[in-house]
Parts: sequence; structure tokens; C-alpha cells
Amino acid sequence: MQKNKLSDHLVLILGSLFLMVPVVVAFMTSTHAAADIHSNGLSLTWGGNFVETYEKVLTREGGFTGQVTGSRMVMNSFILGIGFALGKIVLSMLAAYAIVYFRMRFATLAFWVIFTTLLLPLEVRIMPSYQVMSELGLLNTYTGLIVPLLASATGTFYFRQFFKSVPDELLEAARIDGAGPIKFFIDVLVPLSRTMIAAIFIIMFVYGWNQYLWPMLMTTDERFFTLMRGIKQILQVWIGSQIPDYNEAFALAVLAMLPPVLIVVIFQSWFIKGLTESDK
Amino acid sequence: MASIDINQVSKIYAGGNKAVHSVDIAIQDGEFIVLVGPSGCGKSTLLRMVAGLEEISEGEVKIGGRTVNTVEPAERDIAMVFQNYALYPHMTVRQNLEYGLKNRKTPRSDIDARVAEAARMLEIDQYLDRKPRALSGGQRQRVAMGRAIVRKPAAFLFDEPLSNLDAKLRVSMRGEIKRLQRRLGTTSIYVTHDQLEAMTLADRLVVLNGGRIEQIGAPLEIYHQPASTFVASFIGSPAMNLVQGELHGDRLAVGPSLLTLGGHAPTSGEVTIGLRAEDLRVASPDEEGLLFRLDYVEELGSQRLVHGHVGDQALTAAMALDVALDDEMKFAIDPRRLHFFARETGKRVHAPATAPASQTSVMEVA
Repeated sequence: MQKNKLSDHLVLILGSLFLMVPVVVAFMTSTHAAADIHSNGLSLTWGGNFVETYEKVLTREGGFTGQVTGSRMVMNSFILGIGFALGKIVLSMLAAYAIVYFRMRFATLAFWVIFTTLLLPLEVRIMPSYQVMSELGLLNTYTGLIVPLLASATGTFYFRQFFKSVPDELLEAARIDGAGPIKFFIDVLVPLSRTMIAAIFIIMFVYGWNQYLWPMLMTTDERFFTLMRGIKQILQVWIGSQIPDYNEAFALAVLAMLPPVLIVVIFQSWFIKGLTESDK
Repeated sequence: MASIDINQVSKIYAGGNKAVHSVDIAIQDGEFIVLVGPSGCGKSTLLRMVAGLEEISEGEVKIGGRTVNTVEPAERDIAMVFQNYALYPHMTVRQNLEYGLKNRKTPRSDIDARVAEAARMLEIDQYLDRKPRALSGGQRQRVAMGRAIVRKPAAFLFDEPLSNLDAKLRVSMRGEIKRLQRRLGTTSIYVTHDQLEAMTLADRLVVLNGGRIEQIGAPLEIYHQPASTFVASFIGSPAMNLVQGELHGDRLAVGPSLLTLGGHAPTSGEVTIGLRAEDLRVASPDEEGLLFRLDYVEELGSQRLVHGHVGDQALTAAMALDVALDDEMKFAIDPRRLHFFARETGKRVHAPATAPASQTSVMEVA
């Protein structure tokens, strides 16, 4: 092992540079003025416009109606990301609980029906979904943004596999201890699944945070714009001799990156704990 | 504290597979009953039907005089100890012990008192705030027993609780379970496939085979008077020798060997003979006996087991260490120690109720 040390480090350094440099470039560029970027291109040095740009991005009321600020968009993205993650976890846990623990007639069939919806991602069923939401009058609402995407075959599958690995004796012990179905779920299954929940939360939060197509379709009201749409919005203003606000777009991109990073950093210790603590 | 009545209980699985056949067991208050049998004999199924974890297909289970067929497990006033402990891994030992009581809305002060008492009894006081994963197998098993004890149930149900422990720990835990049960006086049903565990723990043993009861009785009664060849070969270590023989009046022929029974022949014709390894002794030269060819010897320290053949039938004998061994030996046995089983059914053939003058004739043979 010792003799490989130098090359090991080299590979690791190259790898991290490969991943880090674009982020650093985006951040550094965002601190320059828009005109600067337009003439000089991307930059790896500190531009000195950090405070101004970020303040402007977060507080300036932009868009056509002038109703949406950066912080509003961050909030919307959070609502979407967290709503997605929590909703999906609750729904798929309940679905998996029903499939694994209750002797329903068509439990296996139900599971496979849920599972095959993996073959039908949002993009395939986007028109009917839109139609349904529009007829329910849920366009331009958080409900309309979140609810249609909550059913999660992936989540259900993961929780099903996890519940199946929980020893039956635990359920039997709980039954003898006088815990009914609801009590068993809350007192035993949910605490046991917390590492699984953390993992699913990470995946689903990032998925919700990065949604682009669906929010774009569902919302015309700028108050519901998410960060992802905001970035696009900035680069779209391409009128006359006006230079696009590259710095702001970069700043928004950097801001958009932070929450998922934080979520991963916060939950990863749980995640790893769940992988290493094999003892159930 | 309660008696348990198992009346004509059967378990029939979907598809008509019958796992338990019309079993009857009357368990008295405070009795320690051990269900023993090979894997797949229905002993666990029977226990789980008493616990309420399996549906009772036919028959009736009564706990303390109350029919519990359709009563939820939690309402049956029983506590169960599982083979893999089934402790809640995310709760501390204390929370594990408390959980059942909390669900029953037991007052807080009562819970604390009971947990403290059980913890003291099982010597797990110092682990109360640890998670089960920080405990060894034996400690976990104590916690599992503690969870049963704090409930103060009418009956304890043990489902092979010691199978996951190493041999040494198993012996000490066995003693502990026996001691606890004596002390608490709680009716207990204990399932095991280990005949030694069954013998040492039970007030009464229930030997099961293929979903049917082979024999119910006190351990020594079963040991000395097995009701069938199955029980004979299952209970006792080394297993009882079973050899095919033929009875002609008072003479028993086993392969080429002949024995005189001194009036102890209960039947005649072809029979299966049971001989305990420790009942065999080396015959004196002029005595008749079983002609034995030695194959190999197992040293146990206190005695040795000699394995070999009589005719073409395998036989094992337990010999004291000072007995000289030879390739060809002759074994004698007290005819009263012979067990006779019907060849076709494997059932024990009992000696006729009035065995005339048996005592005197035995003296002559010996």
C-alpha cells in the first residue's frame, strides 16, 4: 500500500478537481459584474461584486410582474423539495406497510402495478396529468405542484424490501405486547426505518428540488416560480443591446446548489450509519 | 397463574396440509411442560396456536378456563420468549421491558417497580439504559425473559429460547429458566428440539412426531418406558439401540445370538428390541449374550461408547473405563431392562399385567 501513495493521492486530487472546478468557476464568476463576464468570459478569480450580486438576486423583485424575488424562489423550491420528499416517504411507507403486513387478496398484484408505474415517468403522462390538475382547478397552487408526483414506485419498492427484512418475530412480540397495527407502525417500524427514510429523503428532496418541466407547466403565476425557473428567466432577457445578467444566473445556480448539498451533508451520517449497523 | 387446556387442536394449512393432528394436552397450574420433537413435528405451530399467532383450525384452547380461540394474543394473558429474542432494536432495555406494560396503560409507578424487580431478578440492572445491540446473546435472552416476567402473565411460552446460545451458556441459562419458573410458579410451555434440554427442564414432557403426540409423561417415565420406537430413539443420549429380534416363548433371537428372558417375554414373534447403551454389560464367558463385533470407540472421559454390530445390526454400548475391550465381545442385559416394540406399528408392547413369578426367574438368569 505504501508505495502507491503518491499515485493514489494524484488520482484523488484529479478526481476532486474534476468535480470541484466547475463549482468554483461558477461561484467566482458570479462575483464579477455582468459586463465583465460578457467580455472576459468565465473567471477563476475573485471579482469583488459578491455582496451586491447576491443581495440583488435574493431581494430584487424580478420577472414580468415584478412579484418574485430570489428568496421567494428559494422558498418555493424548498416547499417543493420538502413537500416531495415527505409526501413520498409517507405515501410509500404506508403503501409498503399495506403490501407487506396485511393479507390482502391482491397484495402482490397491487405491488406489481405500483412497480410498473416506474415505466411511466412524468414526462410520458404529462398531458393527462396537466389536464386532471387543470380540471381540478389546481393550477398555480402548491397542491397542484406537489400532489401529482407523490406516488413513488421507487420509494414503495425500497420500503417493501426493508420491511420484508424486519424479522417476523418483532411483529409477533409487538402483538403479544398489545400493539395494534397503527402502534406497531409508529412505535417499531418507523424508528427502525429511519436510516431508510434518510436515504429516501435525500434522493427525493434532490429530485423535487431539481424539478423543472412540471413546475413550468403547472405555474404561470410568478409567485410560484422555483429557482430552476428563475435561472432560466434571467438568461431569457435578451432584449436589444442588454447584456444578460450572467452574474445573477451564476449566483442563482450557486444558491440552488446549496440546499441539496446541505441535505446530503446533514443526512449522510445517518445514511452511513444505516449501512454499517447491520444489526437489526 | 392458570391452567391451559388444549382440546383436540388441529392445524390445517391452506391446501389441506395438516401440521398438527387433534392434540390433547391438559396443563395444570404452575406446571412446566416441554414440547419436544424433531423439526417439522408441529411443536412450534402448537405453541403459536396457544399464543394466538397462528389460527386454530380445529379444536379449542383454554387458558385459565377461558376459551381463547378468537382472542387477540395481547388479550390472552401470556408472554412469549422467542428464539431470536425479538427485542425492539431501537429501544433501550428499559423501554423494551416497559413497552407491553405501557400499551396496557399500567400506572407509571407500577411499571417502574416491576421493571426494577425483573431487572434485579435477572441481574440486568446495569444494562437498563443500553440498546440490545450492545448486549451479548445471553444478556439479550435475559432481557427477553425480563420482558415476559414484567407482564406477570398467566403463562410463559418459550419458543426454543436457547437455540442461539453457545453450548456453555445454554446449560447455565437452562438452569436459570428452571429456577425462575420454580420461583414464579408460572405455568410454562417450552418448545425445544434438544432432548437434553427437554429432560432437564420439564415437569412433564410431550413428545411430538409428525404433528401427533407420541407420548406425554414425566421425563424419567418417558426415558424408562418409551411408548414407541420414535420416543425411544429420540429421548436419551446416546439414542436407545433398536434391533430386530424374534421371540420364541422365553427365548429371544437377535441375529445369531440367543437370550433367555426368564419369563419377561410380553409377546411372541417378530419384535423390535430396545436396549439402552448403559444397560449393556460384558457377559461372563459361560453366560449367554449378544455377540458383538467392535467397530470403533468414542471416549467421553467418564465412560466410553463402543460402537459395533450384532449380526448385521448396529449397536452402541456405554462401558466403564476399566472394562477391557476386544474386537469380539459378548454383552448381557437384565431382561427387565429390555424394551419391546411391535414390529409394524413401533408401539411399545407392555408386559402382561400379571407376569407370573418374574422376580424369581430373573434371579436365576442373573
